[in-house]
Amino acid sequence: MRIVLDSDACQGHGRCYSLAPDLFDSDDEGYAVLKVDGEVPAGQEEAARLAADNCPEFAITVEG
Amino acid sequence: MTDTTRPPVADWTTDFDHTHPDYAQHAPEIWEELREGCPVAHTERFGGAWLPVRHEDVAAIARDTEHFSSEGVIVSDFRPEGLAPMGYAPPITSDPPFHAGSRRLLLPAFSPKEIDRWEETTRAACRELLDEMLADGATEVDAAVAYTQHIPVRVIAEMLGVPKEDGDKFRVFIHRVLEAPGSFAHEEIPYEETLDYYLKTLIAERRANPTGEDDLVNYLINVEVDGQPLSDDHVQGSIGLLIIAGIDTTWSAIGASLWHLAKTPEDRRRLVDDPDLMVFAVEEFLRFYAPVTMARIVAEGAEDAEIGGCPVSARDWVLLPFPAANRDPEAFEDAHQVILDRQRNRHLAFGVGIHRCVGSNLARMEIRVAVEEWIARIPDFELATDDPDAVRWSTGQVRGPRELPIRILSTNEVS
Repeated sequence: MRIVLDSDACQGHGRCYSLAPDLFDSDDEGYAVLKVDGEVPAGQEEAARLAADNCPEFAITVEG
Repeated sequence: MTDTTRPPVADWTTDFDHTHPDYAQHAPEIWEELREGCPVAHTERFGGAWLPVRHEDVAAIARDTEHFSSEGVIVSDFRPEGLAPMGYAPPITSDPPFHAGSRRLLLPAFSPKEIDRWEETTRAACRELLDEMLADGATEVDAAVAYTQHIPVRVIAEMLGVPKEDGDKFRVFIHRVLEAPGSFAHEEIPYEETLDYYLKTLIAERRANPTGEDDLVNYLINVEVDGQPLSDDHVQGSIGLLIIAGIDTTWSAIGASLWHLAKTPEDRRRLVDDPDLMVFAVEEFLRFYAPVTMARIVAEGAEDAEIGGCPVSARDWVLLPFPAANRDPEAFEDAHQVILDRQRNRHLAFGVGIHRCVGSNLARMEIRVAVEEWIARIPDFELATDDPDAVRWSTGQVRGPRELPIRILSTNEVS
């Protein structure tokens, strides 16, 4: 599974890093930072889907 | 204190009034009726205002800073003019390009890591309030008056570095601005009792006698952008914003969450039994009981501005009822049900686009801690009334219970 973060769309809602803390972190201003290189580690698929499904800006997409 | 002199509403599609007590008590029914019949309502009141209720329209306007200005965010008979791009309470009242710099100044203080620091303060405040509330063995309490209204006030007072007693003043300022906008304009309020006086005095005192404390007032007074300090209006506007936007809103969300749990025993038990639900439950409370309705003014010169295909005129007011958008069945499955573990929840409680609530991490933390502490101490409780009107909801652009009679059915000892 691949995960993509559109940093231009991110407005810092913070839903991703609270739902998927192993995949996302917050920068000093609260914007999302992807902690993985785009490949979702085994066992994190559900967290990845939650992050995508709860982003109000549609800034996260998962494929596969 | 509620303004009861508003003329009756003839028709919610052509004459709506969000400051009328009928709107406060029945807003969800009104939104539903409008969504099915006339999803972009209008009123001649306030000099002309629009009320879209569909998720799609509300989100589109929130994101469209070209056609819709934030120069005015509280709909009243007073329409700000000539204040763009900063506005009177930056960054919420600011338009691009001024907006981004002003917002960047506040973001670090409200990042999740910074907000973590305030969790213990919040927890201690909640415990102290519960101790006081239960001290005389009370079995019926007004949770709004005894609990919810105090929590955000105490936290923001600490963040600003002002005495917690100032919180009582804050609630008066906020009521005038948010719940009864415009209705105090003709009343004689001594200047010494106004928010303007409070802020000017606070800033002048801090400048004259620097405290050296690491708080938000000192930060805004001392911060420099491109080697220049902020203007006095900017400092005052941003502190005013933190007071106005950070208190009524969160108080409302905490109150609505407790109201829901009081009247829904199965959800109450689920949350008590499974604390891991909280991360989803807080978002679901925020979706269903989103307290905030934002507003915009159609930008000067925006000839082609429209809302859901409905042409609007420059300088018209536009309300953005986030709670209405959050109950739109087009955007949410089973939109009219509270589902504590809802898995897909792109709610708009904190808005969307560049004006996403700067305090959203703080608000979430306060709601979570306030509910956690309440149910840890009072795991079983119910509404102490069968009369829905006994729970009074606020009027205006912040919606939440202002009286919340609760019967306490069981308590736990302090751990």
